[in-house]
Amino acid sequence: MATAEKGVVLLDAWVSPFGQRCRIALAEKAVEYEYSEQNLADKSPLLLKVNPIHKKIPVLIHDGKPVCESLIIVQYIDEVWTKNPLLPSDPYERAKARFWADFVDKKVYECGTKLWKLKGEAQQEAKKEMIEILKLLEGELGDKKYFGGEIFGFVDVALVPFTAWFYAYETCANFSVEAECPKLVAWSKGCMERESVAKSLHDPHKVYEFVCFLKKKFGME
Amino acid sequence: MEQSPSCLKLFGSWASSYTHRVQLALKLKGLEFEYVEEDLTNKSPSLLLYNPVYKKVPILLHLDRPIIESVIILQYIDETWTDHPIMPIDPYERAIARFWCHFADDKLGPAAGAVFGSSGEEQKAAVCQVHENLKLIEAELREGAFKGRRFFGGDKIGILDIVFGCGSYWLAVFDEVMEVKLVDPEAFPLFHAWLRDFEEQKEVKEIIPAIDRLLEYARGIRQLMLNLKDTTSSTSTSTTTATATTVATNNSNNNVVIESSTSV
Repeated sequence: MATAEKGVVLLDAWVSPFGQRCRIALAEKAVEYEYSEQNLADKSPLLLKVNPIHKKIPVLIHDGKPVCESLIIVQYIDEVWTKNPLLPSDPYERAKARFWADFVDKKVYECGTKLWKLKGEAQQEAKKEMIEILKLLEGELGDKKYFGGEIFGFVDVALVPFTAWFYAYETCANFSVEAECPKLVAWSKGCMERESVAKSLHDPHKVYEFVCFLKKKFGME
Repeated sequence: MEQSPSCLKLFGSWASSYTHRVQLALKLKGLEFEYVEEDLTNKSPSLLLYNPVYKKVPILLHLDRPIIESVIILQYIDETWTDHPIMPIDPYERAIARFWCHFADDKLGPAAGAVFGSSGEEQKAAVCQVHENLKLIEAELREGAFKGRRFFGGDKIGILDIVFGCGSYWLAVFDEVMEVKLVDPEAFPLFHAWLRDFEEQKEVKEIIPAIDRLLEYARGIRQLMLNLKDTTSSTSTSTTTATATTVATNNSNNNVVIESSTSV
């Protein structure tokens, strides 16, 4: 399964918020790496070789050894390149950070997908659910600059890529994230001032175009 | 960081393999704790206070601060009490361990739950899915990341043994209750051998409930589910479990997982 190459390669897809987590983490640590855009409609032999079980991106290949699953990759990056730590040093704070990153994983993407896939009553339910999810996250953020406190950390990395999807969610389901969760939006603007985030995230309108393309593809106009 | 273990409290459920994971880790670390059995059909104010987001067990309370989600709790225990480590030291090994812990909870667990929650053709398909998952683990034991190891953690039980192990005993229970063959020793010799070895460990024997108790429990729920399926028009297992007094939980695929906590 491992290749012989030295160095860092990231198998990714441009719009993927999961891939963006890895790009942000690598940038925060100033790690040089090769970015490899994958065509998910026609998966490469390399992708199938390094992630045979899930056949998904992102995959980080470090000195030939593959690491899969974005939050596992981010923790790996944090443990190998130890400057600018993303996870706090205190075990309880680490547990909290892992909990909220896992919460983002379990909830945000799936609910967001429902927002553009569904219509009518079902979409309204999904909208209510998304607002609840975002409010819980906003509650955890509180008045802190970042989820990590003064430090841009693990939960910030886990969530911030989804902020580029807010415009798509809002337009599809007709609501305003800023009206519901102003602190969360302020947080996302603060994150965008970081070069790692600004360079990794795409323009929300581009993401919305992509969602429209998906809706057409799945016959959901 | 060393603390007096008398400040540890675990909220759990006796049949929950997620609870057993935490009990086993605490035992392996030689930590004493107070155990509180939760009635998941009538959740206590403490449970709702300490886990308002998911309202589930297990919850580990340390110095009055709650830690939630079993794999997160295991890592917390390992990082707080550093003797008898259960996580590998090498970052790549840690990533592998985390990957397979996630596989256990995301794939194997729900697949096993689907076997329990179905019958006939649907169950046959669910059994195939479990076999597909076990095949992958068997391959890693035979020629992959865990080649040549006695336990997933090496010579000693590690986090992945705890996660796979506390739950795999249900496979034997399901085999008997539903006359299926999940952990086929011929198809999965290494996994089978590892499971037998794991179950023989002193600390494991002290944690896992007696097989008779598990069988009785599983038979009861299975019967309840089948009765409910006969009387409801919905074939959704989420409907049957919602009305059954069990510790089954609905996962995102609407499968029954006869473990852990509750969103019932």
